Amino acid sequence: MIRIRVDGKSFGALKVLGRINLEIQAGERVALTGPSGIGKSTLLRIVAGLDQEFEGQITRPDGLAMVFQEPTLLPWRSALDNLKLVHPTLSTSQAGSMLSRVGLDDKKHVFPLQLSLGQQRRLSLARAFSGNPDLLIMDEPFASLDKGTARKMLALTQDLVKEHACSLLFVTHAVGEAEQLCSRTLTLTACPQGAQLSRCNDRRQ
Amino acid sequence: MDARFAPFLSLLALVLLWSVAALLTQDAQVLPTPWGLVPRFAEEAASGELARHLSITIFRVLWAFGLAMAFGVILGFVMGRHREINRWLDPWLVVFLNLPALVVIVLCYLWIGLTEAAAIIAVTLNKVPNVATVIREGARALDPKLDAMAQVYRMGTVARLRHVILPQLAPFIAAAARSGVAIIWKIVLVVEFLGRSSGIGFQIHLYFQLFDVGMVLVYSLSFIAVMLLVEWVVLQPWERKTNHWRTA
Repeated sequence: MIRIRVDGKSFGALKVLGRINLEIQAGERVALTGPSGIGKSTLLRIVAGLDQEFEGQITRPDGLAMVFQEPTLLPWRSALDNLKLVHPTLSTSQAGSMLSRVGLDDKKHVFPLQLSLGQQRRLSLARAFSGNPDLLIMDEPFASLDKGTARKMLALTQDLVKEHACSLLFVTHAVGEAEQLCSRTLTLTACPQGAQLSRCNDRRQ
Repeated sequence: MDARFAPFLSLLALVLLWSVAALLTQDAQVLPTPWGLVPRFAEEAASGELARHLSITIFRVLWAFGLAMAFGVILGFVMGRHREINRWLDPWLVVFLNLPALVVIVLCYLWIGLTEAAAIIAVTLNKVPNVATVIREGARALDPKLDAMAQVYRMGTVARLRHVILPQLAPFIAAAARSGVAIIWKIVLVVEFLGRSSGIGFQIHLYFQLFDVGMVLVYSLSFIAVMLLVEWVVLQPWERKTNHWRTA
């Protein structure tokens, strides 16, 4: 189970996040929406352990994977090596079948810059699932893709999440994506004391 | 025309320019012709003197280059990654960057003595600040998104260095290495000129005292030839290999 308790997070004088309490059960899929700049990515970075300077406490499983807003691949290593170097326990055949699973069967030895953006995102997805994560965090993974590609990626992600039965924390702007992929949708709301998951006057949540 | 011939033609043009200048000068004491140097070069090569001094200078260059790159890369990387350390070490870097090579060489000889170690330390000290400055820029330009990725997926320290950080630093290391080798061999010559009894610098010192322009040219051109070979056989192929992913 994932337990998120944030009492506050500020950048200097700017209060970004207020009180946030959130529990995600094993295998539960939660979507997080909210307007641009409200602090969704900040919250994700805290949950992922990338930002340790906040008040509160996060309990999360060891097996963690993240799909970033950009593919964030190693451009100087082949597609296959992008999986194997990040997950050293992965065998070549396992990495190969993971690439096949996301439709990159013939791209094993291709460098990321030779792939289309859609293919790069597939590779990034393959990397996330290669480690059999307990919790997958996705930060607007389908942004900047055309509609058709985004729909295919969404279906692929849905299948992979089901196969691996991992928990999911999914940030998106698109309500449709949230409803298709997740069982619960939460919205970050701007408040004077920082963004919250509920109405502003409710300080206890 | 095949683009591979361009460097050779360009060098040929330089030799032509030299020949014209030598013919116009009409004084082999001031500027001998390229073909006038051939017999003297052959003589020096046959006696084994050229090979002896050349190999000693190469040995010193390699040592100083290896040490300067190792210390410079580590120092530059640490300074580029940690702002607090940089704040403390930056003034030192500026001091050493602006310390004339000659001062460092003279001080090393005075303090350590006229030894091989003093010579190599003097050259290394001259080069470390340059390497550190270049690598620091590279370390500052490291992609924070890849850092975050490596951290989330808990990549090991060695894997992170080798596959995430070093490929990003490679162009900076190549730039530091290229300018490094060129500057280091010039400083090695000064070090040999001032306080060694072997090496190209020592021979140049000797023939300088004899006013023998021809032999000064024979020795310096021999070393330049070696450096061209290093550039074409080692540096450029290595760069092509590490940049393969950009152009593939």
